[in-house]
Amino acid sequence: MTPPTLRRVLGGLLGIAVVALLILWIGPSTIARFRADLLYYTGQHLLLVACSMVAALITGLGAGIALSRPSVSKSAERFMQIFNVANTVPPMAVLAIALAFFGIGGTSAVFALWLAALLPIVRNTYQGLAGVDGALKEAARGLGMRPLQSLWQVELPNAWPVIMGGVRIALVINVGSAPLSFLIGANSLGNLIFPGIYLNDPSQMLLGAVATALLALVLDGLAAWLTLRLSRHQAPSERAVV
Amino acid sequence: MIELDKLSKVFGQKHGTKQTTAVDSVSLTVEEGEICVFLGPSGCGKTTTLKMINRLIEPSSGRVLINGDDTSQMDKVELRRSLGYVIQQIGLFPNMTIEENIVVVPRLLGWDAARMRERARELMAMVALEPKQYLSRYPRELSGGQQQRIGVIRALAADPPLLLMDEPFGAVDPVNRGTIQDEFFTMQRTLNKTVIMVSHDIDEAIKLGDKVAMFRDGKLIQFDHPDTILAHPKDDFIRAFVGADHTLKRLLLVHAGDAADDSPAVRPSTTVAAALEQMEEDDRRYLVISDESNHALGFVRRRDLRRIDPETPIEEFRADFVVTAGRDENLRVLLSRMYEYNTSWLPVLDEEGGFLGEVTQESIAGYLSSGRSRGQAPATNIHSPAEVG
Repeated sequence: MTPPTLRRVLGGLLGIAVVALLILWIGPSTIARFRADLLYYTGQHLLLVACSMVAALITGLGAGIALSRPSVSKSAERFMQIFNVANTVPPMAVLAIALAFFGIGGTSAVFALWLAALLPIVRNTYQGLAGVDGALKEAARGLGMRPLQSLWQVELPNAWPVIMGGVRIALVINVGSAPLSFLIGANSLGNLIFPGIYLNDPSQMLLGAVATALLALVLDGLAAWLTLRLSRHQAPSERAVV
Repeated sequence: MIELDKLSKVFGQKHGTKQTTAVDSVSLTVEEGEICVFLGPSGCGKTTTLKMINRLIEPSSGRVLINGDDTSQMDKVELRRSLGYVIQQIGLFPNMTIEENIVVVPRLLGWDAARMRERARELMAMVALEPKQYLSRYPRELSGGQQQRIGVIRALAADPPLLLMDEPFGAVDPVNRGTIQDEFFTMQRTLNKTVIMVSHDIDEAIKLGDKVAMFRDGKLIQFDHPDTILAHPKDDFIRAFVGADHTLKRLLLVHAGDAADDSPAVRPSTTVAAALEQMEEDDRRYLVISDESNHALGFVRRRDLRRIDPETPIEEFRADFVVTAGRDENLRVLLSRMYEYNTSWLPVLDEEGGFLGEVTQESIAGYLSSGRSRGQAPATNIHSPAEVG
């Protein structure tokens, strides 16, 4: 067995052990009791995350790309400051503000989660593109690529690992903040956590919290895998060994 | 043919405060199939001039004509696709395989897949890299020298008539640089590409250049054959730039055919008396023997002819050449050979073995100090009495 395979098998076993321990801790009976709730709220949670992340990806990638264009390079840093300031507002406050605009329900939650996820994506997209080796951009231009061709074929692929780093941070923040949206009347795994607290039912609370954490881990793992898949040229691959 | 016509670049025009003239009215013409090297210290405007040719930098004034067409009338992107471009940092795209890198320009031009595949393999063969082994790899899996070769063939992929190179071999280590330069030179001669290359290395300019353009402070100071620049530096700046050993550097550039003297050759039937008289007259210790068609047969030494019947033909005393010189061999190689064989002269022969003259220490010194240079005067006329008589 080669070392990477061994590591993967050991990692898998460890993961299974941790999940088994968690189930034992929460108690199988609790899981059986909240099975329907768990499935429903996980779905709702994922829906919130999906909507806000898609919106954040579209706006964040767009803004990051726009800021990295040579024509705005002088004012890009100032724009980044605006995003930075926006990010210092805590999610709770954003939720409250969103409530004032969009009222109770999912829309406010998606807006707040979108705002929380936006900054890491914009910042990493901008910095990833700005960090692409100038020689590559010059080669692309000198060989006759139009600006969009250069962006699509050269700049984005080479900035990809940095951009995906930002997306992963945004994803984890997003999944972790989503339970708060219970407070403004949107459905999420928070619907298990908060009643658990109010009703002094630690196992119910724990179920929601653990489910949220696992969701974050799984989604982050997926994003990491996607990053690797799409930037094979950067990681030492089997092909390198001849 | 490419022509720069009073090309200038002034930076900082818009803000008006501080204007710098990076390139000042540069005019020059490079003929088809020639390598022209832009040479000078950093900041002299050579790179800016190069980049104005493919309009990575827009000229402030002046024109660039490629085969008579004004480039400012062309679409910028189309123009760049029609010219090859190689940069010092190589700039292979790390996210693409070697094959994808090579066919970047053909893909932009919309070639079909089969033609691109074919072209990539053809180009790999040209730089002696095994297509099967390398095409599917990524750039980081190749050595620096291999990457630079790929950089060059990427520029050649769409078969552009003109190749622009910005210090193309600067990032390669000195050992590999020589090999890659030789390879490139052979390839350039085979494909008959016109090349404009920026360099700060006088030795590279000597080795590769058909023409050398010396830049300083944005101005073109001298534009000549490299041997002419070495032999007749126009001013103190160029004299300093080419180095104190510039005469020795010329050894690489001067061919045996140029530096050969017009030593006579005699027929095998010549008598010993006549040969001795000839040697006496020219103060020589040997004579080359050739047949009616001037084909070199060997030589006789004076010391072998002493106290011999004056009427004997010299044929009997003919000795074979130990070493000879080819017409196109450079003086550096010849001098090395002369020291190796401890001889003071070499007969210069053409491809068919015809006798052209002799290269001696004196003829080399005579040529280098004569003021002649390869770029200036036509090749020396070599007269052999045997040919005339």
